[in-house]
Amino acid sequence: MRKIGQIIRKEFLQLKRDPRLLPIIFVAPVIQLLLMGYAANLDVRDIPTVVCDLDGTVASRGVVAKFFNSGYFRLKNDVPDIRALDHYLDDGEASLAIVIGRGFSDKLAAGRTASVQLIVDGSESQSATVGASYASLILSGYTQKIMLEKLTRLEPLGLRPVRVNPEVRIWYNPELKSRNFMVPGVLGLVLMVMTMMLTAMAIVREKEAGTMEQLIVTPIRPLELITGKLLPFLIIGLIDVCLILSVATFLFRVPLRGSVLLLFAMSLLFMMTTLGLGLFISTISRTQQQAMMTTVFFMMPMMLLSGFVFPIENMPKAFQFFTYVIPLRYYFVIIRGIFLKGVGAMELWGQGLALIAFGAAILILSVLRFRKKVG
Amino acid sequence: MSCLRAVVKKEFRQIARDARMLIFLVAMPGFLLLMFGFALNFDVKHIPLAVCDEDGSAASREFIGNFIHTEYFDLKFELSDARRVDRLLNEEKVRVAMVIPRGFGADLAAGRGPAVQVLLDGANALSASTSAGYIGTIVQNFAIRMTTRRSADRGFKSVGLPLASEIRVWYNPELRSANFLVPGLMAFILMVVLVISTAFSIVREKERGTMEQIMVSPIRPVELIIGKTIPYVVISLLSAHLVLLLGWVLFNVTIKGSYPLLLLTITLFLIGGLGQGLLISTITRTQQVAFQLATLSTLLPTFILSGFVFPVRNMPPVIQAFTYLVPAKYFLVTLRSIILKGAGIGAFWDQVLYLAGFAVLMLGLSTARMKKAGETGQTVKPGKQSVNGSRGER
Repeated sequence: MRKIGQIIRKEFLQLKRDPRLLPIIFVAPVIQLLLMGYAANLDVRDIPTVVCDLDGTVASRGVVAKFFNSGYFRLKNDVPDIRALDHYLDDGEASLAIVIGRGFSDKLAAGRTASVQLIVDGSESQSATVGASYASLILSGYTQKIMLEKLTRLEPLGLRPVRVNPEVRIWYNPELKSRNFMVPGVLGLVLMVMTMMLTAMAIVREKEAGTMEQLIVTPIRPLELITGKLLPFLIIGLIDVCLILSVATFLFRVPLRGSVLLLFAMSLLFMMTTLGLGLFISTISRTQQQAMMTTVFFMMPMMLLSGFVFPIENMPKAFQFFTYVIPLRYYFVIIRGIFLKGVGAMELWGQGLALIAFGAAILILSVLRFRKKVG
Repeated sequence: MSCLRAVVKKEFRQIARDARMLIFLVAMPGFLLLMFGFALNFDVKHIPLAVCDEDGSAASREFIGNFIHTEYFDLKFELSDARRVDRLLNEEKVRVAMVIPRGFGADLAAGRGPAVQVLLDGANALSASTSAGYIGTIVQNFAIRMTTRRSADRGFKSVGLPLASEIRVWYNPELRSANFLVPGLMAFILMVVLVISTAFSIVREKERGTMEQIMVSPIRPVELIIGKTIPYVVISLLSAHLVLLLGWVLFNVTIKGSYPLLLLTITLFLIGGLGQGLLISTITRTQQVAFQLATLSTLLPTFILSGFVFPVRNMPPVIQAFTYLVPAKYFLVTLRSIILKGAGIGAFWDQVLYLAGFAVLMLGLSTARMKKAGETGQTVKPGKQSVNGSRGER
């Protein structure tokens, strides 16, 4: 036990020795959090829109006004000529163009179908999809309104319009802020990067410098050595959890509805997997550069396929199966469940069990590999 | 000049010796492109849906049919008890739940406008707001269709559809994510792979103590910098072409604009990124710190602040101001204009100018740092210190 304590002390001394490392370990998570909280915003609002209203009547202006009153679109300019639209879309100054042809109001008055043309810039496909879906919602709402007006005139004749009122209630995140989704996610990301990378590099660094051999000839047993090497990073990870929790709740006001204790317990389980992976990478790398690249190679797919930004249910089936071997996936369900949904151990035990299984498997595997190398 | 060639040769040999490095530089781009092309997208489709139809009439079934006969919703559960909805949402089994109350069909026929309860998992704001839009449109279209059908049944001809929308998508008519992602991914890959691998190039020699040997040789700092950069420029140009080739073969993304112009902007961007990596390498002492700085200054800004995934116009003004410092932002605008829109230099000359400025600044700064370090011998000491230091501790 004392030997483990000595190794932990040595590890911390070494961390302190490099005056630039320590600030980075604690400042980096906060910067990441600030970036994700303020900048990683997928809300599609204020889509810059250019209007070409060739009709210029009360009716056509009414349709156009519907768009700008919705809050999703922002008027960039009104152009009198349809050819001027090209320039706005080519330069990316506008992402949507609304074109209303001549005779729009006449057709509407005569009861014929009048058309509104929308041109969407598809080069940013996700905003384009959302923009188009908003636009068709607005137009179908307007269509319904006109029909209702017309039918109320016919009501004496016994015809009543069909209506359905959808009562939409949004759970967990009623204001639909993407921040509430992103910020808890950063916790998983930072924990993974910090614990995996630092562990892998710290061990390989010792190999590279040749000091590993010196450690091995001391009476410290391999298991003690590993424990002593991993514990400091576990502690750093826990400090990072505290840091992120406080910034998320106090600065970003992300609701924390579940139990903090459960969150810490689950974070410990998650760190078992990342520390284990870090140790594993250190056993298959000779230089720090190799360790770093291997870590990035492990991290990239984990980051992208875990459901952090890109929803898992959108992926093809084969990729969806692959996501089951990514511990981060389970951890994301846990943190978002605890933060936003306020769910407890009852709902999350399955995820916790998966983390334990992965953690145990990878730790045992890498400890065996490490001991074999040492022996 | 011969010194320069020696450095280039040495660096190439070092890269070649480490097979993993080569794999990283070549396989990473291909791998990321595949992931982004096939697996990752923001399309909101096949949303898992639970329906509790308490009415069970022909009208309610037709109403539900309007949802499940689209590609947007997948009916996962049909419930008889509305109380089970909570659990399904809590456990993320479904994202949307709909409860159709008793009397829906009768109310509809009487024109009373029955209410339908829709519960939406809002945790992921983007998918939730898009699905809310789909739901609204589907419900409205259902009502419009029922109204016209009923009026036609009774012989009212005048109640035709008053408005039709015609949506055209330019530049990327099928709204394929790949078209949008190939240019973005190119910027991401180049920035990450390059800055990280060059950030190591000098600090590694410092940490191992081989910098001392280079410093006492007749190589000048400028030659060293250029020599260390050339191999990575060559490899990254290959990576960039690999991305273009894969984008063409797998996703049929072709370059609409001029190729020489594309090559020019890629090269400018590369030089800037390499300069940034070298600068990090000259100001750090250990590879751990170099790595942390490199990821912090490239991975996140390129992913978040460049407009690659998150639209810049949604960000608060302060953060928007920061995005002007991210070279990938300018690179992305240029790439999208050339590859997707086929625009000429007139549309983005200012972006190219900025990239050139960034490249000159970064290379200048790192050369200046190298010179200073070389004169005072500072570069050597820290590396030796850290090696001796870690030995002395035990």
